[in-house]
Amino acid sequence: MRPFVSVEELGKSYGALSVFEEVGFTIDKGEFVCLIGHSGCGKSTILNVVAGLDRPSAGRVIVDGSQVRGPSLDRGVVFQSHALLPWLPALKNVAFAVRSRWPRWSDAQVVSQAQKYLDMVHLTGSEQKKPSELSGGMKQRVGIARAFAIQPKMLLLDEPFGALDALTRGVIQDELLQICAATRQTVLMITHDVDEAILLADRILLMSNGPRAGIAEVVENALPRGRTRQTIHRDPRYYALRNHLLDFLVTRSRRYRNGAGSEAARTTPTELLPEESVP
Amino acid sequence: MQLAPGIRAALASLLLLALVLGVWHLATLPKASRQNADADYAALMGSPRSSLPAPLQIAQAAWLQLKSPFRNGGLNDKGIAIHLAWSLGRVLLGFAIAMLVAVPLGFLIGSSPFAYRSLNPFIQVLKPISPLAWMPLALYTIQDSSACSIFVISICSAWPMLLNTAHGVGSVKREWLDVARTLEVSPWRKGFHLLLPAAAPTILTGMRISMGIAWLVIVAAEMLVGGTGIGYFVWNEWNNLSLANVIFAIAVIGLTGMLLDLGFAGLGRLVAWQE
Repeated sequence: MRPFVSVEELGKSYGALSVFEEVGFTIDKGEFVCLIGHSGCGKSTILNVVAGLDRPSAGRVIVDGSQVRGPSLDRGVVFQSHALLPWLPALKNVAFAVRSRWPRWSDAQVVSQAQKYLDMVHLTGSEQKKPSELSGGMKQRVGIARAFAIQPKMLLLDEPFGALDALTRGVIQDELLQICAATRQTVLMITHDVDEAILLADRILLMSNGPRAGIAEVVENALPRGRTRQTIHRDPRYYALRNHLLDFLVTRSRRYRNGAGSEAARTTPTELLPEESVP
Repeated sequence: MQLAPGIRAALASLLLLALVLGVWHLATLPKASRQNADADYAALMGSPRSSLPAPLQIAQAAWLQLKSPFRNGGLNDKGIAIHLAWSLGRVLLGFAIAMLVAVPLGFLIGSSPFAYRSLNPFIQVLKPISPLAWMPLALYTIQDSSACSIFVISICSAWPMLLNTAHGVGSVKREWLDVARTLEVSPWRKGFHLLLPAAAPTILTGMRISMGIAWLVIVAAEMLVGGTGIGYFVWNEWNNLSLANVIFAIAVIGLTGMLLDLGFAGLGRLVAWQE
């Protein structure tokens, strides 16, 4: 079967400086993929290229059979800094997106769609609050509602919880899990939080450090879907996976140099295999 | 008793006003003659009334003006409200014309660095030109004197609006523009639903400055153009040597300018947003 998203030989350079090269990966329909790397490795740029907001220096991105040539309503984006319009209350921020997606809808239809997605992120009752009156977590919830409300073919999340405190982050991660399970969305998410990646992602792409960064390893999440924040850390395979990812970020990401980029095979490290993981 | 800070400040203002008026009053009291010169000699020396008018004289003049603000007894005797209405009408018309040109042009300049760079030299040269310098050119080309004053107001008040609109539109956050791009928002909708509300506070600040300039310009312009308006009134009363009326007119100009400014400040609060 043809993959839903296919990123091929992607590269970005500014003059002589190459940020990343020969980045290639695929995402299947309904899959949740996380991209982890240190800052400066160009992971946000990769997401922007998939979104169509940025142009690559080399390579191409194919989503649902057609090449990405610019931004599209087919790909919803949740921005790192929430990017809400500060003069509009929460409901109207979502409605702005809904109206863009369905210009011919009646006002009542637009409002009911926006309300439905605000309810989904548990913001019922805060519809008329301006972003300045919302907490950081609530703002990002509006951002998530806005991205889901246009019912895109896939979602792109650029470190959406980076600015939130740990408790708020956990709650919103749970909400995101539920919504993704309910809507069967295809998601590409950027993060530098290992726990977040294990909780949310079916597959984790590890990026080496820049310049000339690349995808060093692809780690299948050995923990099956249905992961929850309450139980995940009791799974015996959890710490093995976590240690593997942390080891990569702390040591291997520095040693790795691009060149074997396309050979970055799907690694399922032996210590992560279910039968071997139980001590 | 502890008064609210606002009330205390207002009381201090009133006290200061009373103090200034009191000193003024004392300074303009008719001086008692040092020598008991005879009445004829005193008359020859001129009446002490020709010096700066006393506050009470100004109040008297103001009362006479305010008693019949709408009278129309010919060129030399129009009520203060009629003059004020003419001035306000010219200012609003000139301001509106400037706005219709400056705001759309500001949008263009703000959204295109190329347009900004190519038009900036002209803006910088035209901006500091005094309204009085435009007047002869305007009188020669337009000929109609009332239209001249409107033209001069327009050309002098356009610049702050133009520059502020350009700045406001140019500094709209990149991420908001990215939101619009990912939502495939049409250029028209982006202009009215994203750029305009985002830049509105900056644009309103520009309008407020522009209105202040327009109100400064109108007095000078009407002195030259003549016939009607608060500027003409000042000049006419100067020719009548009625300084009390001149000072009354100055107060009216100041108060009207303040009200216009307050109005724009209120409009600015309506469109303000907070991140």
